[in-house]
Amino acid sequence: MDTRSLSQHISHEYNQELEAVRSQLLSMGGLVEQQINQALQALVEGDSQLAETVVQTDDRVNQMEITIDEECSRILARRQPAASDLRLVIAIIKASTDLERMGDEAQKIGHLAVSLAGQDRPSGGYREIDQLGQAVQAMVRSALDAFARLEVDTALRIIREDKLINREYEAIARQCIDYMMEDPHRVRRVLDSMWAARSLERIGDHAKNLCEYVIYLVHGKDVRHGNLDAAERELLQQ
Amino acid sequence: MAAISHIDPKEALAVKARVEQLSFYYGDAQALNRVSLDLAERRITALIGASGCGKSTFLRCFNRLHDLYPESRYEGQILLKPDDINIISKAVDPLEVRLRIGMVFQKPNPFPKTIFENVAYGLKVRGVRDRHFIEERVEGALRQASLWAETRDRLQDSAMTLSGGQQQRLCIARALAPQPELLLLDEPTSALDPIATANIEELLSELKEQVTILIVTHNMQQAARVSDFTAFMHLGELVEFGDTDTVFTTPRQKKTEDYITGRYG
Repeated sequence: MDTRSLSQHISHEYNQELEAVRSQLLSMGGLVEQQINQALQALVEGDSQLAETVVQTDDRVNQMEITIDEECSRILARRQPAASDLRLVIAIIKASTDLERMGDEAQKIGHLAVSLAGQDRPSGGYREIDQLGQAVQAMVRSALDAFARLEVDTALRIIREDKLINREYEAIARQCIDYMMEDPHRVRRVLDSMWAARSLERIGDHAKNLCEYVIYLVHGKDVRHGNLDAAERELLQQ
Repeated sequence: MAAISHIDPKEALAVKARVEQLSFYYGDAQALNRVSLDLAERRITALIGASGCGKSTFLRCFNRLHDLYPESRYEGQILLKPDDINIISKAVDPLEVRLRIGMVFQKPNPFPKTIFENVAYGLKVRGVRDRHFIEERVEGALRQASLWAETRDRLQDSAMTLSGGQQQRLCIARALAPQPELLLLDEPTSALDPIATANIEELLSELKEQVTILIVTHNMQQAARVSDFTAFMHLGELVEFGDTDTVFTTPRQKKTEDYITGRYG
C-alpha cells in the first residue's frame, strides 16, 4: 500500500471517498496536535485563557470523530472494501478513536492548567513537564506524518520512543512523591502537575497506537502486544 | 486486526484432489498455463478472476466437460484422492469421473421431468434399480439441499413449477444424490436474487461437512463469505492461492490486490 494507490480504483467516486475520509482524519490530527501544544503552553505559562480555548476545542475534536466514523461505516456498507482498502478504513476508525482520546487528555491538561494558574508557581517553573511535553509533541507530529506518508520506518522509531516517554514520566512521578513528602502544603499543586504529566504520557501511548496502525495499514501486520524486534525482522523478510 | 484463519494451520488437512502443472488448449489457443493447486478435503475452494481468466475452463477440466470438443487438449494431471486416478488421462473413462464428481451450472437447468425424477436421474443412469434405495437417496439429497420441506408433498410435480432459487437447489440435490466426492459449482448464484443466493451459500457451508467443493464465482464477496481457500487466476495462470482470510486482507501479489480492491490492473 502506498499513498498513490488511493487514486487507482476503477470507481472515481470510491477514490474520492477514501481520500476524503483520510484527509478528514489528518485534519483531526492537526487539530489535536494544536490542542496538545496549546494545553502545554497554557500550563507552563499559567495562561488560563488559552487553557479555556483548549477545553473548548474538544467539542470540535469529538464531532470530527463522529463524522469520520460515520463516513467509514458508510464506506464499509456500500463499498465492501478488501485488502489495503479495508485496512485503511479499519486503521482510520481506530486512529480516530486514539486522536479523540488524545484530545480528552489535552482537555484534562487544560483544566489542570486553569487550576494551577490559580496557585503559587514553583520556583523552577514546570521545566520537567515542559520537557516531557515537548518530547510528546514531537512524537505526535511524527506519528501523524508517518500516517500521512505511510512511513513504516518512522512508525517503528516512534513506537520505540514511547518507552523513553514512559521512563521520563516515571521520573517525574517519583519527584512529585518527594515534593509531597517534603512539603505537605503543596500537595494540591504537585498532584495537579503529576496528573498533567500522566496525561502527556497517555498521549504518547496513543501516538504509539497510531504508528502501529501505520504498520498494519502498509503491511497487514499487527505489531500490537508483541515483540517489536521480531515483527520488524518479519517485515524485512517480506 | 490480524487475519484470523478459520482453518487451524495445525490441523492437517487431507487433500481431495491435486492439480499438477495443468495446461489446457482449445485447439491452438492456450486457456490454462501450468496451474498447480491442492483442493482440501471437505473444504470450499473458490476460484476468482476476471472474465476469460480460465477459471471456468479449470473447473470444467475436473469432470472432463471439454471432451465434448475434439480439438481440446489437456497437459499435466489432476489426481483424485485417495486412489490417485488422473481425471484427465485418456485412459480414464469420463463417465467414471462424472460418477464421482457432481456439477452445478450458472443457470438452473432441471430436466423437464418431475422433481423426483430429476433427483433420481443420476442413480438411474448408473443402473440403480432398487426403488426403496432410490426413494431414500432422493429424500436424503433433497434434505441436504434444504429443499425437502418445500417439495415433499409435490415430488411428482414438474421441476419447472419451482422458483429459480428452488430449481438451483434441485440441481444441487440432483448432483448430490449419487453421493459425489467432489462438487463443482460454476457461478451457481449469478442468476438468483439475494435471498436465494443467501440460501445457497448457507447450504454450501452445511454441505462442506460431507463433500469437497470447488466454486467459480464472479462475486468476490461471495468468495470471501463462503470459501475456506481462494485461488485468483489471471490470463490462464494461477496468480495467488491461499486461505481466504489472508487473500482478502493481505494478499501477497499486487495483481490480486488490484483485482479484489477494484483497481486498474
